[in-house]
Amino acid sequence: MAEEVVNFKVTIDGIPVEVAPGTSILNAARQIGGDIVPPAMCYYSKLEGSGGKCRTCLVKVSKGSEKDPRPMPKLVASCRTTVMDGMEVQNITSPEVVEARKGVVEMLLINHPLDCPVCDQAGECKLQDLGYEHGSEGTRYEFERRTFERIDIGDKIQLHMNRCILCYRCVYVANQLTNSREHGILNRGDHSEISTYIHKALDNDFIGNVIDVCPVGALTDKTFRFKSRVWFTKPINAHRECTCCSGKVTLWYKGEEVLRVTGRKDEFGEVEDFICNTCRFDTKKTADWILEAPALLDEDSVIMVNQYAQFNPPTVIKEDDKLQLANEEQLARTERLK
Amino acid sequence: MGRKLLLQHINEPGIHTFDVYRQKGGYRAVEKALKTMSTDEVVEEVKKSGLRGRGGAGFPTGMKWSFLAKPEGVARYLVCNGDESEPGTFKDRFLMTHIPHALIEGMIVSSYALGASVSYIYVRGEMMPQIRILERAIQEAKAAGFLGTNILGTGYNLELYVQPGGGAYICGEETALLESLEGKRGNPRIKPPFPAIAGLYGCPTVVNNVETIASVVPIINDGGDEYAKIGIERSTGTKLISASGNINKPGVYEIELGVPVEEFIYSDEYCGGIANGKTLKALVAGGSSVPILPNNLICKTISGNPRLMTYESLADGGFATGSMMGSGGFIVFDEDQCIVRNTWNFTRFYHHESCGQCSPCREGTGWMEKVLHKIEHGQGTVEDIDLLWDIQRKIEGNTICPLGDAAAWPVAAAIRHFRDEFEWHVLNPKESQSRNYGLAHYADPITAVTQ
Repeated sequence: MAEEVVNFKVTIDGIPVEVAPGTSILNAARQIGGDIVPPAMCYYSKLEGSGGKCRTCLVKVSKGSEKDPRPMPKLVASCRTTVMDGMEVQNITSPEVVEARKGVVEMLLINHPLDCPVCDQAGECKLQDLGYEHGSEGTRYEFERRTFERIDIGDKIQLHMNRCILCYRCVYVANQLTNSREHGILNRGDHSEISTYIHKALDNDFIGNVIDVCPVGALTDKTFRFKSRVWFTKPINAHRECTCCSGKVTLWYKGEEVLRVTGRKDEFGEVEDFICNTCRFDTKKTADWILEAPALLDEDSVIMVNQYAQFNPPTVIKEDDKLQLANEEQLARTERLK
Repeated sequence: MGRKLLLQHINEPGIHTFDVYRQKGGYRAVEKALKTMSTDEVVEEVKKSGLRGRGGAGFPTGMKWSFLAKPEGVARYLVCNGDESEPGTFKDRFLMTHIPHALIEGMIVSSYALGASVSYIYVRGEMMPQIRILERAIQEAKAAGFLGTNILGTGYNLELYVQPGGGAYICGEETALLESLEGKRGNPRIKPPFPAIAGLYGCPTVVNNVETIASVVPIINDGGDEYAKIGIERSTGTKLISASGNINKPGVYEIELGVPVEEFIYSDEYCGGIANGKTLKALVAGGSSVPILPNNLICKTISGNPRLMTYESLADGGFATGSMMGSGGFIVFDEDQCIVRNTWNFTRFYHHESCGQCSPCREGTGWMEKVLHKIEHGQGTVEDIDLLWDIQRKIEGNTICPLGDAAAWPVAAAIRHFRDEFEWHVLNPKESQSRNYGLAHYADPITAVTQ
């Protein structure tokens, strides 16, 4: 039998959890789940080297470890700080963290165009959620926002640099999933921008994944552009035989029609498997796919508003025989979808 | 007259050439270290000397060296940080221009101590003449057998390379420097791991400032104990100060640490007093990123003691009433200077130089610049001053690298000490466009606070 790994005991907001050595504070918090999970805009567990940039996941380490109980002097990025045995972390219970996070959200929004009404990402945008949950109403910024021209990178993807929060996720995708380095950051500071090598079109089997990893509406699927608001579409998990990827995807239906195809995302918005461009852009008929079940999203997500899986008749129906009888058909449908 | 260790022979004609430098006792340290000392002994001497990093943070050099990981079969690197770009600091450029062999000699000794067989001098791209000077100096040293294989017949090999940077302030941050040296975009890395464990190409690396490395030469020549006798307490040795601003004699001065600030500003040996018979208004003691001090906190600390040119004394009083030694960029302001305009200028620099990797610094530096521009041009409100304070507070400490702090501190200190000048700008928008606030009450003596 292999040597037994001694787990580290960590406390996050007073909740203890045991995790393997080398786990980051963020991943330890994700094991606990719930409200105490710090938001993460740039960290992406499937992308090596990601994280540490957006600073929304800042937490306070009030006790370094069992051996060295001194607190850490500054707030730390929980996605890039590994746990120590006996570490005590404060997230939402620390006013300092809440304050700093509010500051980060405000900073992220000062140059964001706030064009949510015409943004395809609205409804599944991490920045919207972040602003709603951790930000303050109103901004104190009164200057002109930085703007860029929209550019097409390839015929299927549009880059809307104004919305970008420079999380670098797409850069990591391009570097790690593709062979050539054609996609990166130009310039410095608040004038830096995501770009390709001299407006080169990104042409690669897996480049469509930059759309999935983008937390905001900076990289959008041109085949889905302005087809529908995401909350009017219904996600269904499906798969197909694919020669270059796992073929496991989520189809987004509106009525009979598949409006778009994305990777399957977990509760933290990260895709389970990266999918190829053929699956994403070229196979948009139900006949191309073997359907599985409705995709489960975060219950609070606006997309779940008209989800099949979420259809639960009000409890009052279940308790009342007359109502039950009157709604027989509806109840049966619920059971079927459970 | 203080002792000069680095600039002792600076006025010697031809000191930039190998022959003259050697005649004046140059490369003795290489001979001594390589022939008579073990690597650990060299590190031990540097530890004994109490030498602290001259790049800004003031971390003890010997300790930094002893942290270097030494796994078997993995290369180690010494990288010299010649990316000097802090506004107000120009000492390294001076050293590299006029006495390049001091740096080369220090590099050889330090590389030997750390067991590096390839070392780099990373120089800011704008300093092309200095890069050529250093390359020539390396050629000369190589021809004389002080570089290359089997140096002085001791079996020690060292190759030294000069690498021009792209001219970014951020590449003076050690991990951004390493990224840039590797040929990537100069973004600071997220620490840990520290360069002592995984630095250049993933190997253990020490990054030291130009002046720090040059200071190793007198330490080896005279011994660490002798070096530690100069200076006060934990601030040992001599330090190059780049003095600029409204003084009679701007320039690079080598001082023994412990010289009173008052003497440094007014003595004819150093700055020679304030130019044109004006009065001192404010001082930035260690390069643009350190907190600015008003007249009444410059020569005396808040507890009434004379302020000395040491790491501790300059920082006395913390950020509330003190400043920092930083990299030794000594900028003096007379009564005609506008603090608001100066703060705006500094912020403009940090806005331009922020790498854009982490959000508080990327967005916050630009925001601060815009607010300060507004105040400086007579369009500000009192709320803007509070807003500015809040923005700097949200940047400080929340960023990947110290650039965020460096951008926040000068703004914080300017508001802390010169708030009424900001308010005057806001409340007298027209007047503030035609004249300066002047000295006001900033020279009024403050009663000493004793603890």
